[in-house]
Amino acid sequence: MDQQPQSPEASRCTDRQRGLRTALAPHRHGGWSRDGGPLRRQERGRFVGGVAAGISARTGIGANIVRTVFVISSLMGGFGAVVYVLAWLFVPAVGEDGSIASRAQSDRRGIALAAGAASLLAVILLIASLLKVSWLGSLSWPPVIALAALVLIWRNASAEEQAVMRRLAEPIMGGTPGSPVGGPRRRFRFRLRVIIALLLLIVGLAILVSEHLTRATLKPLTGVVAIIAAIVLLLGPWWLRIARDLLAERQARIRAEERADMASRVHDSVLQTLALIQRRANDPHQVISLARAQERELRSWLFDGRAPGSLDGLATTLTDGVRLIQQEVEAQHGIVVEAISVGDCALDDDLTALLAAAREATVNAAKWSGADTVSLFAEVEPAAVSVFVRDRGRGFDPAAVPKDRKGLAESVRARMERRGGSATVRSTPGEGTEVVLTMPRAASHREPSPAT
Amino acid sequence: MSGIAARPAVFIVDDHGLFRSGVRSELGDQVEVVGEADDVEPAIAGIARSEPDVVLLDVHLPGGGGQDVVSAITKSHPGVRFLALSASDAPEDVIAVIRSGARGYVTKTISGAELVGAIRRVAAGDAVFSPRLAGFVLDAFASAQPEQRVRPAFDSELDQLTPRERDVLRLIARGYTYKEIARELFISAKTVESHVSSVLRKLQLSTRHQLTRWATERRLT
Repeated sequence: MDQQPQSPEASRCTDRQRGLRTALAPHRHGGWSRDGGPLRRQERGRFVGGVAAGISARTGIGANIVRTVFVISSLMGGFGAVVYVLAWLFVPAVGEDGSIASRAQSDRRGIALAAGAASLLAVILLIASLLKVSWLGSLSWPPVIALAALVLIWRNASAEEQAVMRRLAEPIMGGTPGSPVGGPRRRFRFRLRVIIALLLLIVGLAILVSEHLTRATLKPLTGVVAIIAAIVLLLGPWWLRIARDLLAERQARIRAEERADMASRVHDSVLQTLALIQRRANDPHQVISLARAQERELRSWLFDGRAPGSLDGLATTLTDGVRLIQQEVEAQHGIVVEAISVGDCALDDDLTALLAAAREATVNAAKWSGADTVSLFAEVEPAAVSVFVRDRGRGFDPAAVPKDRKGLAESVRARMERRGGSATVRSTPGEGTEVVLTMPRAASHREPSPAT
Repeated sequence: MSGIAARPAVFIVDDHGLFRSGVRSELGDQVEVVGEADDVEPAIAGIARSEPDVVLLDVHLPGGGGQDVVSAITKSHPGVRFLALSASDAPEDVIAVIRSGARGYVTKTISGAELVGAIRRVAAGDAVFSPRLAGFVLDAFASAQPEQRVRPAFDSELDQLTPRERDVLRLIARGYTYKEIARELFISAKTVESHVSSVLRKLQLSTRHQLTRWATERRLT
């Protein structure tokens, strides 16, 4: 076609990506919803040609409802099948520029083949109707048109659609040449099945056709049963396989999505950290703190179900708050914070102030003590909440406090005292420092906890 | 058993070969590693054969929990002592293995020197409480605190911590060593150890709801 761009492969590739995006769009809104744009055959959710999925995306009607309508109207006179096949032929697929029909215009041999096949079928039907097989004759024109259209589709569909058609047709045709499915035994069994099915079909038809000759009412029933048995025998395995394929495909998609999610999280957390560790290999403190932070993140992901980097770790209880302090200080100052809390309670303004003071004391220990571990211990008691921040660093002489240290002690103490709490700093040069913070609990919290 | 204090015989049970060899090299020649195993069955067989002073026991093993090893061995070899090592900080893991008879618990991130110290202490019959374990115990024994004076009669002595024991545990959780605790509380280091051992006994024998729940949770999973 003239409309086709210079490089059909390249354009198809980008078109497909675009198609995929549009096809994904309804899913983002959850379930099927109206798509807006012109009617397009969908690639995603496609069963045969993507017509039903396309109609569904356009109108908002469920794809399975559309399919059911097509199937029922096909069974009643073949009308649905014709509409479906013609839609397949004339409606472009998502992301493709032209319909299959627009491509088929230039396919002279395809047109000839379609005309040939259609007239052959027409002749067969004509003969059948001459032989008074009225049951077949009533279906005269829809199958003819459908067959012609199918031939054109078969010859002009994109490679991918042809693959779908081949997959659908394969069980009927008995394994196309070159397909890996059929070993000799399989093929034998398949032929046996087809022969039995055809025999049943002929017997059934014969009984039905000869109906007007006999009076027995049992005969048409036998005929119908024979035909149904033939159809089941012929198509049953095929339907089973399609159902299985669909199920397998859905499971594979779910698995792939889970894996992608996992991969992106592992990438965001573990791989990033490993990269950082490699770059800072000559700084053991940094490496340890990175590993610790990563370990904690993985642990909270695996055991508490808290996604890495998510914000719902923001503290609402004292234990959460202590954990946040631990994470922040470890990440920012490259030391290990051994955080332990006993008991737990919801945070109020007083306890938030206590945590802020505890954080300041911890950061201070991380910055100045020179120790590589800081112990952070919080205990919730009925009357008060206490936090102990201890390091085994260089310590200092409280009598001769440097300015910055005093600043810290004062600010922590002031913050605590404003809320009715207290702060004491104990330090011995060479042995370390301990900051003890105590905040009395509001009277409403002092109800005794139940004995167990 | 005079040799214990100098070089205790140690058996390592962990399903990660890398971790076993890491511990081995960290311990160096301070202890004598007499064997190692990677699962419950080989561990029971190996410990029975080599009769070590201390077993370093991973809480999680492929063939069951570490407590299976402890309960099997304590029946046949009551002299063997267990120190639980775990990457997990979940109380049910730790409490279950302690209640089955381990004499202490440390996390796998412990330094080599500290691990040697813990092994020595367990070999000498003392208990080893990491700050984390002390936190768990305080948590488990905390709930009856407010109505201590109106304590119900059925609450046996095993189900309560004495105020002194509580002080000791608090200091352990705050990161104090036994020596520092002794100085802080004006008691001897020996007294600190006896307090800790008594807490360990309560931990193993108490029927407190929290403890049994933790232990059952581990056993059921």
